[in-house]
Amino acid sequence: MNAVPNVLDERFRAAAAASGELDVAFDVVDDTPVGRLLVGVSDRGLCRVGFDPEPEAELERLARLFGPRVLRSPQALDRVRNELDQYFEGRRHAFDLELDLRATPEFHRRVLVELSRVEYGRTTTYGALAAQVGAPRAARAVGTVMNRNPLPIVLPCHRVVGANGSLTGYGGGLDRKEWLLRLEGALL
Amino acid sequence: MVSGIPPFERFYECHRGEVLAFLQRRAGRDRADDLFQETFLRALRAYGRLEHGEHLRAWVLTIAANTVVDAARRERPAAELAFEPAREDERPAVEELAPLTDDLPPKERAAVVLRYGYDLDYDTIAAALGSNEQAARQAASAGVRRLRKEKEQQ
Repeated sequence: MNAVPNVLDERFRAAAAASGELDVAFDVVDDTPVGRLLVGVSDRGLCRVGFDPEPEAELERLARLFGPRVLRSPQALDRVRNELDQYFEGRRHAFDLELDLRATPEFHRRVLVELSRVEYGRTTTYGALAAQVGAPRAARAVGTVMNRNPLPIVLPCHRVVGANGSLTGYGGGLDRKEWLLRLEGALL
Repeated sequence: MVSGIPPFERFYECHRGEVLAFLQRRAGRDRADDLFQETFLRALRAYGRLEHGEHLRAWVLTIAANTVVDAARRERPAAELAFEPAREDERPAVEELAPLTDDLPPKERAAVVLRYGYDLDYDTIAAALGSNEQAARQAASAGVRRLRKEKEQQ
């Protein structure tokens, strides 16, 4: 079995993304300050940011949610990668990306839309977010939504803390939450 | 995973080496590169409509075979081609075979091209056609009979 030369492989991956036939184009960004990230875009926008990706499980998950035509295609993620780079360097305070939340349940989506209004460098609480979506007693459910956020960093669940100011929890681990909040100057 | 269909990434990683080797054998190293991309773009286009994940190897090799046939047809008009009906021991080259099979019913055409143009065994052809070995054998021989008849009528 002969190996496929890199040039040929990359050319196909770029052509596949350009053809508009992919359900999801993804890439793994290796060396961000918060470790490896898997990022995925559909024809509607960013559909996945994952910490410490286990490719096998992530691909199955993307295929289940968006369709089986899932392919690694770095070119398709250029813009996402750029915006993330700028964010990590402290040069970008808001993301300018279309988001694809079609695989997210309705209540989750409402909470995430509310979350997207929490500005860079600010924090809010689970309870406050719950109140904003009209479910003031659903702080715990809001915690679950944060934990399952398909687009961490871009949808800033790291900006949600406990009522007493404790970091409480983070899908990607508390170290990352702390790092992101320090980057934004929300933690000293 | 949708009814056993792997993510395209897995499918591509699994078959790209064999597809490239196949194309290099059939179309030469120079043309294989372009045909490689065309094969997997065609596969990608059809992938969303697959109903199961079986026989994907035969499926993609069939697509590869078809891209070779189509490329040969683009490069060489059918009028230039001469065709002597195949005897058992003599298989027409795929470039000559392909344009001549245009008028065959699709299943017979696929069976003839895969058998005599690409030398695939009947098991593989059956998998590609989604039928069994016996049916593939019959489709190929029906196709050849039909070609002979057409030739005689000319």
